[in-house]
Amino acid sequence: MSENGKSNGQGKLAMYWAASCGGCEISFLNIGLRLLDVDEAFDVVFLPCVADFKVDDVRGYDNGYIDLCLFNGAIRNSENEAMAHLLREKSKIMVAFGSCAYEGCIPALANLTTQEATLRAIYLDNPSTDNADAVLPQPRTAVAEGELELPELYETVKSLDQVVEVDYTIPGCPPEATQIWAVLQAVIDGVELPPTGTILGADRLALCEECPLTRDVKKIDRFYRPHEKIPEPDVCLLEQGLLCMGPATRAGCGALCPQVGMGCRGCYGPLDGVEDQGARMLSAVASVMDVGQSTDGEAALERKIQEAVDTLADPAGTFYRFSMAHSLLRRARTNGDGRDGRPE
Amino acid sequence: MTEQFEPLIIGFTCNWCSYRAADLAGTSRLQYPPNVRLVRLMCSGRLDPGFVLRALAGGADGVLISGCHPGECHYLEQNLKTMRRYWLLRRTLEQFGVEPERVRLVWASAAEGVRLARIIEEMVEEVRALGPLNWPAVAGENGDLAHVLSPQALHKEEVSSEEVVA
Repeated sequence: MSENGKSNGQGKLAMYWAASCGGCEISFLNIGLRLLDVDEAFDVVFLPCVADFKVDDVRGYDNGYIDLCLFNGAIRNSENEAMAHLLREKSKIMVAFGSCAYEGCIPALANLTTQEATLRAIYLDNPSTDNADAVLPQPRTAVAEGELELPELYETVKSLDQVVEVDYTIPGCPPEATQIWAVLQAVIDGVELPPTGTILGADRLALCEECPLTRDVKKIDRFYRPHEKIPEPDVCLLEQGLLCMGPATRAGCGALCPQVGMGCRGCYGPLDGVEDQGARMLSAVASVMDVGQSTDGEAALERKIQEAVDTLADPAGTFYRFSMAHSLLRRARTNGDGRDGRPE
Repeated sequence: MTEQFEPLIIGFTCNWCSYRAADLAGTSRLQYPPNVRLVRLMCSGRLDPGFVLRALAGGADGVLISGCHPGECHYLEQNLKTMRRYWLLRRTLEQFGVEPERVRLVWASAAEGVRLARIIEEMVEEVRALGPLNWPAVAGENGDLAHVLSPQALHKEEVSSEEVVA
């Protein structure tokens, strides 16, 4: 980035968190000593998780002042969206960093229910919450000193590319530190950047291709939840009835979860050319189910298949754990009139 | 609403049985409601669940999936896979708030034109009673679906990302 004509020869780097957990920043810091290389190449101009920057600092920058903006977190309130627009305006390269910004991730699971139910679960029904006066966050609250404002919470959680133009995407929940460094190093070394829209810091194959577990024949007659079965080591988890999103998920993490007996959660998102990761996984899973035969008779066949399918808890939350905002349906229909979930 | 709601149903039919059944219904001059738009697949096993999701997100009020009776599949057992997919999809769609009546799987052999016409009639009435789906997150103002059904949107799947820095 040094050829950008900045007075100190440094590129300007920003990293922001919208609706996120902070894991992306931790993963960024996990590049370790490479941070010194980043510090040498970049002047960090906005990184509220780590240093004291104000939004007004960013407002004061010229448009395009920031060379590289790593934006993590989903868009679930008006502040998230305003920051996305502000940073887009001020940044030359906008990167959807991590699963939330890319495709909604865990926050977007709220799209399976209503805003009211979400608020109720958090502020009223949660057993560890003491809220006798049933106080819920309000956009405006009058206090003695004046009026306090909170961002407006959206009914539907969105991905970053649903509110601003995104140049590149680095997937993962969080993106692996080695992959983050690989991308930053390419930028620092001045490697010509690929066409916009490209997924960076990941592979083009399915996760199964980098998974060391042994695959043989996939034939399962039911599903097991993680606590119901201790998996055999070294054997494909899907073959053991433990749901693993590997077949429908982009490689790039090193298959970390399957190697410790936990099926792939799917956080690196769909493969190239796949629009709906959940539908693709659903299709793959159905193909390995070996339940019922033609000779069973139609009623018995249907019953057997239903019973087997019902051993899979929470299919929507499983297949769309990370990709809800980017899925074809994007959210659940919650009251039947089809209007409540419309994007703001 | 003074005018009767006319549901739009996308029907996926198998080349060897249900498509022929629909054809037989036609040549027999049997009447069934025009609300169903049939798409011919080589086998119900070809049905990617994404087809159903795209239909629902793109303006359909219901989806009918039909194939050969178990034991009669021209590709041995692909219709069993369809059934497994269907039930997984149905459970998933329930969580998305889609009523089970909107997405149905039925078997119809090439000889069952009457049966298929009756099923279509039945389904149209059921979906009519449920009302329009108007998929919430995708329909624009006034139910405008142009951006969903535009050639750009439909060809999105074919666009793949290029080089990957890894």
